[in-house]
Amino acid sequence: MFYREAGDFKTTYAADNQTFPIAFDRWRYWAVLFVAVFVIPLVINDYWANALLIPFLIYAIAAIGLNILTGYCGQVSLGTGGFMAVGAYATYKLMTAFVWMDMVTITLLSGLITAGVGVLFGLPSLRIKGFYLAVATLAAQFFLVWIFNRVPWFYNYSASGQINAPERMMFGVPVTGPNAEVWVKYLFALGFVIVLSWVARNLTRGSVGRQWMAIRDMDIAAEIIGVNPLKAKLTAFAISSFFVGVSGALLFSIFLGAVEVGEAFGISKSFLVLFMVIIGGLGSIFGSFAGAAFMVLLPVVLKIVGVDMFGWPTDIVQHLQFVIVGGLIVFFLIVEPHGLAQLWRLAKEKLRLWPFPH
Amino acid sequence: MNDMSTSTVTEDGRTIGGVMMEMRNITLRFGGVVAIKDISFDIREGEIRAIIGPNGAGKSSMLNVISGFYHPQEGEVWYHGARRKAMKPYQVARQGIARTFQNIALFDGMSVLDNIMTGRINHMSSSFLDQAIWWGKAQREEVEHRRKAEEIIDFLEIQAIRKTPVGRLPYGLKKRVELARALVAEPKLLLLDEPMAGMNVEEKEDMSRFILDVNDEFGTTIALIEHDMGVVMDLSDRVVVMDYGKKIGDGSPDEVRQNQEVIDAYLGVAHD
Ligand SMILES: Nc1ncnc2c1ncn2[C@@H]1O[C@H](COP(=O)(O)OP(=O)(O)OP(=O)(O)O)[C@@H](O)[C@H]1O
Ligand SMILES: [Mg+2]
Repeated sequence: MFYREAGDFKTTYAADNQTFPIAFDRWRYWAVLFVAVFVIPLVINDYWANALLIPFLIYAIAAIGLNILTGYCGQVSLGTGGFMAVGAYATYKLMTAFVWMDMVTITLLSGLITAGVGVLFGLPSLRIKGFYLAVATLAAQFFLVWIFNRVPWFYNYSASGQINAPERMMFGVPVTGPNAEVWVKYLFALGFVIVLSWVARNLTRGSVGRQWMAIRDMDIAAEIIGVNPLKAKLTAFAISSFFVGVSGALLFSIFLGAVEVGEAFGISKSFLVLFMVIIGGLGSIFGSFAGAAFMVLLPVVLKIVGVDMFGWPTDIVQHLQFVIVGGLIVFFLIVEPHGLAQLWRLAKEKLRLWPFPH
Repeated sequence: MNDMSTSTVTEDGRTIGGVMMEMRNITLRFGGVVAIKDISFDIREGEIRAIIGPNGAGKSSMLNVISGFYHPQEGEVWYHGARRKAMKPYQVARQGIARTFQNIALFDGMSVLDNIMTGRINHMSSSFLDQAIWWGKAQREEVEHRRKAEEIIDFLEIQAIRKTPVGRLPYGLKKRVELARALVAEPKLLLLDEPMAGMNVEEKEDMSRFILDVNDEFGTTIALIEHDMGVVMDLSDRVVVMDYGKKIGDGSPDEVRQNQEVIDAYLGVAHD
C-alpha cells in the first residue's frame, strides 16, 4: 500500500541517483539500521550472536568483497579463503607485534596488507580470463594456506601451529579474547559492515564501478572507450581483497579466536563465499547480504527443523544441506544469475503495481 | 586536388579544415594474411570521410589501426601534425578518438544510461578516494556528467529507454546507444564501422540524419565504413576505396564513382 512512486517525482539528477530512490525503501533502510545499532545489542544472547549474527556480518563483508571482483568486475576468484587467511594472519602478527595498537587500526591494516597480496595475485588477470584465471586463483588459495602452515614465523613458532587472538580492549571493554561479550563483538563487526558496505555502494555507483562493469561485460570495448584495463582490474582486486582481508581478520579475532589455517581458511571457505555471492546475486551489494544471510541461516534452520523437530540423524541433515545448496547454485546460475537480489527486485516491482497489475 | 593546408567550404556551407589524421604507408599483416598493403590517406578536420570496399578488403582493420587496437608492421600514423607513437587503445581514446563497432559492443549488463555515462570516462577526474566517500567532487561530477549524457540522450531521441538494460534492446536501438556512448565522449574524430548495417530503410534514414547532425552541430570529424552506396554518396565529402588490402581509389564521391578500378572491384571483375 505504501510502496509507491507516485508523488515521489525526481526533479534533480542527484535525487534520481540515490541509493534508495523510493521513499519507503529509505525509511525501511533507516529502520533496519536503527534496530541493528540500538535494539539488537540490548537483546542479543550468546546463541544468536554466535550461530547467526556475528558470522552473518563477517561473511557479508567477504561476500561484498568477492562480489566486487566477480560480480562487478567479472574476474572469477577461488582464492577467497586464502585471502581471508592473509587478513587473519596479518591481524595476529600485528596484535602480537604491536601490543598497544587498537583493533580498528589493526583490522584496517590487515585489510590493506591483504589488498597488496590480492593485487599481486591479481596480476595474472591482465593476461588470462575465465577458467584459467579461476585456476590461477585456486593456486593462490593452496599456496597461501601452505605458506601459513609451513613458515613458523607466521604463527610465532607456537607448538600447535595455531594462532590465538589475545585479549584487546576498546573503550574499556574487551573486544577479543575469551572475556569479550557478544554485544561488543557484534557492534564491532557491525561498525565495519556499515562503513564498508557504504564504501562499496559508493564505489559501484560511480565512474569506478562503471569501469569495472565495462570490463566485465566487454573488455575490448571498455578499453577502446578509455578504460585502462590494468588499472580497473587491479583496483578491483585491491578493493575486493581489502574487504576479504577485513572479513578474515574479524573471523579470526572476534569470532573464532583460535585458528588452524587449513581448517578455517581452506578451499571450502572459498566456495562458501562464492556460493553466497551466486545465491545472493552477482553484481549486487544487497545480494551479498542476502547470500550471506542465507548460507549462515540454512544449516541453523535445517538443524532446528530436521534434527530437533523431526529427529533425523545429523549426517542426513548435513547432506540435505549440500543437496539444497547444490540445487540452488544450479538454479541461480542457469535461471537467475542475479540471484535472490533479483527475485526481491521482481517482487517489489509486482508490489509497486499491486493491486492493479496493468 | 585541393590545397591541404587551407580550409575549404563545402556546397552545404560546412568548413573543412587542414589535415587532422594522416595514415602513411600503412601495412598490416596477420601471419601470412596481408590485411592492409601500403595504404596512405588522410582525414581532414570537419569532414565526413567514407571508407568503402568489398568484404574482407581491410576496412575494419584500418579503423582498428586508427584506434590503436592493431599495430601496423609498417607505416606511420600522424595525428594533429605529430607522429603518433605506438599506443594502447585507451590512450588513443584520451586523444579524442571514439568509435562504434561493426558487431555492436555494448555493455550488456548495464543500463543505457550507464553505458553512456561510461563514455564520459575521459572527462571525469574525481579520485578513487573521492568516490569511496561520495562527497563533494565525486557527487558533483556525477551530476555534471549526467547532464551531458542527457543532452546526448535527447539528441538521439532515446529518452524512453534510459534505464533499460542494454541487453533487452532491439538491434536498431542498440546501434543508436552505441553511437550515444561514442558521442558523449565529445570526440574530435569519430569512427563508425558500418553504422547502418542490418537496418531497415527508416532506421537508416534516422541514422544518416544523426550522422549529418553530429558533423554539423558538433563539428565532429567522422570516418565511416559503409556498404550502402546511396548512403555513402549522400553523406561523405571524400571516399577511400579499398580492395584486397590495397587502396584503389580516393576522392570525392563522384570521382570515385567514375573510377574504372572501383567499378571493376564492385562488379567483381577478375584481378590480374
Ligand atoms: N585479428 C585478425 N586475425 C587474423 N586475420 C584478421 C584479423 N582481423 C582481420 N583479419 C583479416 O584481414 C582481412 C581484412 O579484414 P577486415 O575485417 O578488415 O575486412 P573488412 O573490410 O572490414 O570486411 P567486412 O566488410 O566484411 O567487414 C580479412 O582477410 C580478415 O580475415
Ligand atoms: Mg569490417
